[in-house]
Amino acid sequence: MRITCPHCGERDRREFYYRGAAVDLERPAPDAGEEAWDNFVYLRDNPAGVTRDLWYHEGGCGAWIVVTRDTVTHEVLKTELASEAKS
Amino acid sequence: MRINGKGLIDRSKPVPFVFDGISYSGFEGDTLASALLANEQRLMGRSFKYHRPRGVLTAGSEEPNALMTVGSGPTQEPNVRATMQEIYPGLEARSQNRWPSLNFDLLSLNDLAAPFLGAGFYYKTFMWPKSFWEKVYEPAIRRAAGLGALSGRDNTDKYESAYAFCDLLVIGAGPAGLMAALTAGRAGADVILADESNRMGGRLLAETYEIDGKPGNVWADEVLAELKSMDNVRLMTRTTVAGAYDQGTFAAVERVLHHTERRPNGAPLETYWRIVAKRSVLAAGALERPVAFRDNDRPGIMTAGAVRAYLNRWGVSAGRNVTIFGNTDDIHRTARDLLDAGVHVAAVIDSRHDAPLSKDYQVLRGAQVCGSSGRKGLESITVRRPSGEERIHTDCLAMTGGWNPSVHLTCHMNGRPTWRRDIEAFVPTPGSVPGMSIAGACNGSFSTSACLREGIAAAGEALEGLGLTAPDIALPVAEDASYEITQLWAVPGKGRAWLDFQNDVTVKDVKQAATENFRSVEHMKRYTTQGMATDQGKNSNVAALAILADATGRGIPETGTTTFRPPYSPIAIGAYGAGAEGEGFKPQRFTTSHKASVARNAPMIEAGLWYRPSYFPKTGETTWRESCDREVKQVRDAVGVCDVSTLGKIDIQGPDAGKFLDFVYTNMFSTLKVGRVRYGLMLREDGYVMDDGTTARLGENHYLMTTTTAAAGEVMKHLEFVHQGLCPDLDVSFTSVTEQWAQFAVAGPKSRELLSGLLDQTLDDESWPFMACGQVEVLGVKGRLFRISFSGEHAYEIAVPARYGASLFDILIERAEALGGGLYGMEALNVLRIEKGFITHAEIHGRTTAYDIGMGRMVSQKKDCIGKTMSERPGLEEAGRERLVGLKPIGESRQLLAGAHLYNEEAEPVRTSDQGYITSVCYSPTLETMIGLAFLADGPDREGEVVKMVDHLRGVTTLCEVVNPVFFDPEGGRVRG
Repeated sequence: MRITCPHCGERDRREFYYRGAAVDLERPAPDAGEEAWDNFVYLRDNPAGVTRDLWYHEGGCGAWIVVTRDTVTHEVLKTELASEAKS
Repeated sequence: MRINGKGLIDRSKPVPFVFDGISYSGFEGDTLASALLANEQRLMGRSFKYHRPRGVLTAGSEEPNALMTVGSGPTQEPNVRATMQEIYPGLEARSQNRWPSLNFDLLSLNDLAAPFLGAGFYYKTFMWPKSFWEKVYEPAIRRAAGLGALSGRDNTDKYESAYAFCDLLVIGAGPAGLMAALTAGRAGADVILADESNRMGGRLLAETYEIDGKPGNVWADEVLAELKSMDNVRLMTRTTVAGAYDQGTFAAVERVLHHTERRPNGAPLETYWRIVAKRSVLAAGALERPVAFRDNDRPGIMTAGAVRAYLNRWGVSAGRNVTIFGNTDDIHRTARDLLDAGVHVAAVIDSRHDAPLSKDYQVLRGAQVCGSSGRKGLESITVRRPSGEERIHTDCLAMTGGWNPSVHLTCHMNGRPTWRRDIEAFVPTPGSVPGMSIAGACNGSFSTSACLREGIAAAGEALEGLGLTAPDIALPVAEDASYEITQLWAVPGKGRAWLDFQNDVTVKDVKQAATENFRSVEHMKRYTTQGMATDQGKNSNVAALAILADATGRGIPETGTTTFRPPYSPIAIGAYGAGAEGEGFKPQRFTTSHKASVARNAPMIEAGLWYRPSYFPKTGETTWRESCDREVKQVRDAVGVCDVSTLGKIDIQGPDAGKFLDFVYTNMFSTLKVGRVRYGLMLREDGYVMDDGTTARLGENHYLMTTTTAAAGEVMKHLEFVHQGLCPDLDVSFTSVTEQWAQFAVAGPKSRELLSGLLDQTLDDESWPFMACGQVEVLGVKGRLFRISFSGEHAYEIAVPARYGASLFDILIERAEALGGGLYGMEALNVLRIEKGFITHAEIHGRTTAYDIGMGRMVSQKKDCIGKTMSERPGLEEAGRERLVGLKPIGESRQLLAGAHLYNEEAEPVRTSDQGYITSVCYSPTLETMIGLAFLADGPDREGEVVKMVDHLRGVTTLCEVVNPVFFDPEGGRVRG
């Protein structure tokens, strides 16, 4: 598998550390309530199809990257810096 | 039998080699199989299950029978396919799975018992008693069935891994692959052309085709010469592309040195390549199918394509009196090649009623071979015709059941092949591997002309994708013969007709699987072991599937195939693991004091990838405890020195550094004064403790964070994530400086005395109070000093650039010893911290909260931080939670054990009455008793109570008193004094 780091270009996936769904970027406000926090910390979708997840370019520049990819075809559709992808 | 004037071997270079202790001679260019055939050695192995005599079936990497062990000692290699092993002077090969010899194999008795050994035999027979499964049945079965063995010693061969990148990877260098590489090469693309053989050309080397009026192999050599002259083309022979992966990544294995006895120092035996290609062309060719008929496995029976390959490429006739059997026009090509070479063709048995006739040889139309005889090699075959059965004497039968396109790589990314009725075979489904174009025989296009044409087309497709212009290239003139296949999978009749030669699976086994309702192809495969040998059913899967389809009344496309997985052909574990064995798997990190510690006989223990001294034995000390106790006392009474460089050090700078630290730590750091250190606690977002450590403020916008040794990498990742992902607007950046600084703890009442004179300033409580930090000069070297303590004593940590570490360490030892102190290791460090109730990852093990470890009040209420919201969940602060306490043994047993569980004194020690568990224990020389840290339900409220420790594994029960976890100097006077 190859991932394009926005800083370094296309690299082997073994340079990257996998974290999980990009939901981790959407941290609720401290008073957002139990449900919002439960969703944020524990609940994850398991899509057969397009997913967004977080990879860390640990063997490279140290950037956290949001990778949009298809879990069925393994196609990587988009990569962007987490610092810029934050919604 | 060698045929004069035929073959691409170099007859001026004879090559001696040894097989089963007997010396033979072949020529340069021979494989082990071709050289043995040339020497009329037809018997090459014994079969897996029944130990039946077997000869070579094929001439390629799909060979199921002729598996041999090459070499001996640590580099011995089992299951080498004789068809792939090039001979070299000094080559020693041995046959396998026979005892005492290939000719006389006692276990061939299995063959007589064959009626009882069919599919499912093991499952049905070796059921009772259960205790026999692993101890009796499995060892016995494993001994009887099998392949070659490893030497059992460490392999001394070197393997290497490497990367390659290209615009276009062309897989296979037959006519289609050569044409594709030529087209792309001329267009200026970066091309890698890989072929598993030692010589490129594919079937052009094995056939007598002409291209542009030249012999096929001459044409191939001319193309190769042009490719070699191009800087943008790389030719990789002896390289099997074994797997197709995501985003154009391919695995390939290059057999670098298998063809020579010379093993130059440092050169790898094999190289495992990861090839990244923007585009690929699969031109892997096709594999010929045998026909299943009674006793179709005798040495001398082989695929027709192999007979032609041995004749045309290696100048060897597989027999003197050859018969040919099959169902396509191919078989007539075999007859013509043999006749042209002067080999007698006894008969051509063509199953097709409308087969073409010939004036040069006898053709039996609409006939089938239904049996064979001969003890250790073929002597005759039985042919069935409408008019009856007839016996024909022959020493070689060339058979063909048609060709299977090599679709394997197109299925590695979950693609499924498509059935093509007109050629009775599966072909790749377009688009199965993104960026891959298919050309030639692997696409079901079998004529040379079609291969050349598709090679050009596939390259054109790839070039278009690459944004390059395809050159104008003329299609060479070549044969475009018809294929004309009719179905022929198995010849009906009694007896055993073999499908999977390597796993000894017969037509009957597959039918039996269907009868017993293993109707899915995946079930049939596992029940019969069809296709599960090292050849992965390359010769047999499609036929087995066709027979299953027939037995279950379904068509072949509905029955479907089993799953093709990488690797295409077997790969040595050594090649997969190249570079990742030993220190390649687990690098070692050494501190600057490592050598000095080892010189003092300290046993070094692993801490992550680091190595740290366990203790420093002195003359006369016979146990680790003696050394450890002494080291603890030295720290408490005088001064001790310990290398703490392995703790993670993260340099944090920027105007928002304080704000950022407030967010990742539970407590405040923006309010920390410059020149001061604070202990910090870090939570995970779920509210549990992640790590702890001290952070020093070195300047207004400059902090230095310390992490535990084990969590250094994790914390670094975490900080980067929190910054980039959650608060990218903060102006702050981090760098790990763990390896840039050598840092030593100097601990004990005489620590200040030890340091005095080493520094450019005097240390006193006013300028250097507890938790102070700052820049110092250490004997003229710029360093850092922190007045922090992990022992509870008046202590410092002194840091210098790593290059000065070793010499500072020596100076510190000398000074410590002069003051009645010395070095201390991990054991003493652990005792010192348990005496003070300081936690490590034994306590913050991922399931404890700040509240649990008695630091609930460190979660600041003035601000948000990572993990704060979730840490406030009711369940994480409720009564009954297991919380940190100290334990001291009372009563008869004085032993405490980490991992043991706690119960009320009178309770039965069972799971339901569990009250907690012990995380750290030590013998405290200071208190002269064992002490422990534990998590106990409502622990801090139970000081003074007695609980019962039970270690069910070691059978130890100890009564303990619950005490404050700070066993020693609870007021903390010593650390300030």
